[in-house]
Amino acid sequence: MSESVYGLIAKFDTPEEVVEATRRAREAGYRKMEAYTPFPIEELAEILEFKPKIQYLVFIGGVLGAITGFALQYYASVIAYPLIIGGRPFNSWPAFIVVIFELTILFAGIAAVFGMLGLNGFPHPYHPVFNAKDFNLVSRDKFFLVIESSDPRFDKERTRAFLESLNPEEVTEVQP
Amino acid sequence: MAASTDPAEVPVLGPGQTYATVTDKITGVILTKETPKGWLVGFGIAFLIVMLMLFSLTVLFAKGVGVWGLNNTVAWGFAIVNFVWWVGIGHAGTLISAILLLFRQEWRNSINRFAEAMTIFAVANAGLFPIIHTGRPWLAYWLLPYPSMFQLWPQFRSPLLWDVFAITTYVTISLLFWYVGLIPDFATLRDMGENKVVRRIYGIFALGWRGAARHWAQYSRASLLLAALATPLVVSVHSVVSFDFAVSSVPGWHTTFLPPYFVSGAIFSGFAMVMTLAIPIRKFYHMEDYITDRHLENMAKVMLATGLIVFYAYIMEVFFAWYSGNEYEQFMIYNRMTGPYAPYYWALIFFNGVVPQLLWLKKVRRTPWILFLISIGVNIGMWLERFIIVVTSLHREYLPSTWAYYAGTFWDWSLYIGTLGFFFALIFLFLRVLPMINMFEMKELVHHLSHRGKEH
Repeated sequence: MSESVYGLIAKFDTPEEVVEATRRAREAGYRKMEAYTPFPIEELAEILEFKPKIQYLVFIGGVLGAITGFALQYYASVIAYPLIIGGRPFNSWPAFIVVIFELTILFAGIAAVFGMLGLNGFPHPYHPVFNAKDFNLVSRDKFFLVIESSDPRFDKERTRAFLESLNPEEVTEVQP
Repeated sequence: MAASTDPAEVPVLGPGQTYATVTDKITGVILTKETPKGWLVGFGIAFLIVMLMLFSLTVLFAKGVGVWGLNNTVAWGFAIVNFVWWVGIGHAGTLISAILLLFRQEWRNSINRFAEAMTIFAVANAGLFPIIHTGRPWLAYWLLPYPSMFQLWPQFRSPLLWDVFAITTYVTISLLFWYVGLIPDFATLRDMGENKVVRRIYGIFALGWRGAARHWAQYSRASLLLAALATPLVVSVHSVVSFDFAVSSVPGWHTTFLPPYFVSGAIFSGFAMVMTLAIPIRKFYHMEDYITDRHLENMAKVMLATGLIVFYAYIMEVFFAWYSGNEYEQFMIYNRMTGPYAPYYWALIFFNGVVPQLLWLKKVRRTPWILFLISIGVNIGMWLERFIIVVTSLHREYLPSTWAYYAGTFWDWSLYIGTLGFFFALIFLFLRVLPMINMFEMKELVHHLSHRGKEH
């Protein structure tokens, strides 16, 4: 009946315990799992072998911003509304640098924020893990490790016994 | 980092703090039905001053910019002075949240949230002034490049247009950065709230944040990248503001050192405003464990350093006027020091150049009420500095036949004071509904400090 639950959740009191538990679960061969913490802990992402990809989006955003900045000013000053100002060429690019710079930052920043939200799947109002007992403490002072039932090694009894061996405060089921 | 392990130093966090105490203390301010009486009084006063601002704006829109003290000679008055002043104040927030994050300064964690709030509210006020200064604010969208039916396009070689892009980008990035920092704290408020409506509202803003390790990894990387983007941005914004002056050929404005001079002045005034806000807030909400004397001392040091740069710029202004051999530049400095605005000039030298020298003394840096007075003095001094830059250069320019005198009218002052009320009203609202200190970063700090304790 392992399909009837989303997974098993273990509750820990300290960040050190959840890091250690995640490492041991990884060594025991579990892959479909996630740790939940009140603040970022770098080791967890390393143990889960997760690498953030947001930087590629930010780079693309920045390049697009720079191109937009130059194209906009070139179109306005050379094609749509050419006007001689102080005897300068229409494409007086040194004067365009400031706006190119600002739009580079603007597009890259927007890519960073919305890219992060998108890659994390937000907004995500419902998630099974919110059903777990005491999970509202995850944003206060408790640390959680969930092993999902979709993991091939997941077995309700054996996984529970494994999680119990990691010295948690409590192990409970997560309803889907 | 070495300084914080020195036992003689005041720590960046009071003793006995845990993840739970940090969360409960900070959410306690918001998730309570009892609004403190002091808050109601403070917000009430600020709100009345907002009414003054709305009244001044109504008069301005009904009668036009003629109600101000502007004349043909001095066409840039209070509006530009206030614009530069407010933008400058905003810069400390970005500096604290972005630059100090890149330098991994842990003491920023407890002050960055309201410094960022201060940035957004200050820049909102700043953005108001150029728009109303155009005289026909309902046509302000003409500043933006769009395919209009007049077939006109903005002039991209003008610093005034660069300003439009710089300020718009700055507001957008500051707002996004602030919101991103708030997401995990919104989740905390959602989880801690007892009232269903409160939980629902904070839950919407939390977007379903659940503290997953993979999300945190993506989130931390994004925050770091945003900080790296905001750092050159903040330098560029006040540089562009200074181009409004430096690109012209007016004596006193046409100098190459204006960008660094403006940027350091902005940080100087911004830290003064953070101090002006932090000292009463930490006392009123009993946040001394989070905003410690160490924070005040560090901010005082930044103020001293940037104040010295600004003072150096005042000296260089005089030196270059003499060294250039240009008689218009020389007259501008002479007129500044002895002309009709001389009291303003000497007051600014006193507030920005002389008084901050007290910050050399450790005793002064450790005494909140003296710091509070110094910071108010710097706020005044920095406003006077912008007034001197704008007005003394314009009122006696090249042709003596155009010389004139400029002074703010009642409506100039009422609008300026009104924006101060608007600023403080927003700060009061912020303190009541949003966590004034970044909770997850404070918990990270608790975690790091406990680790450091074990290593010794």
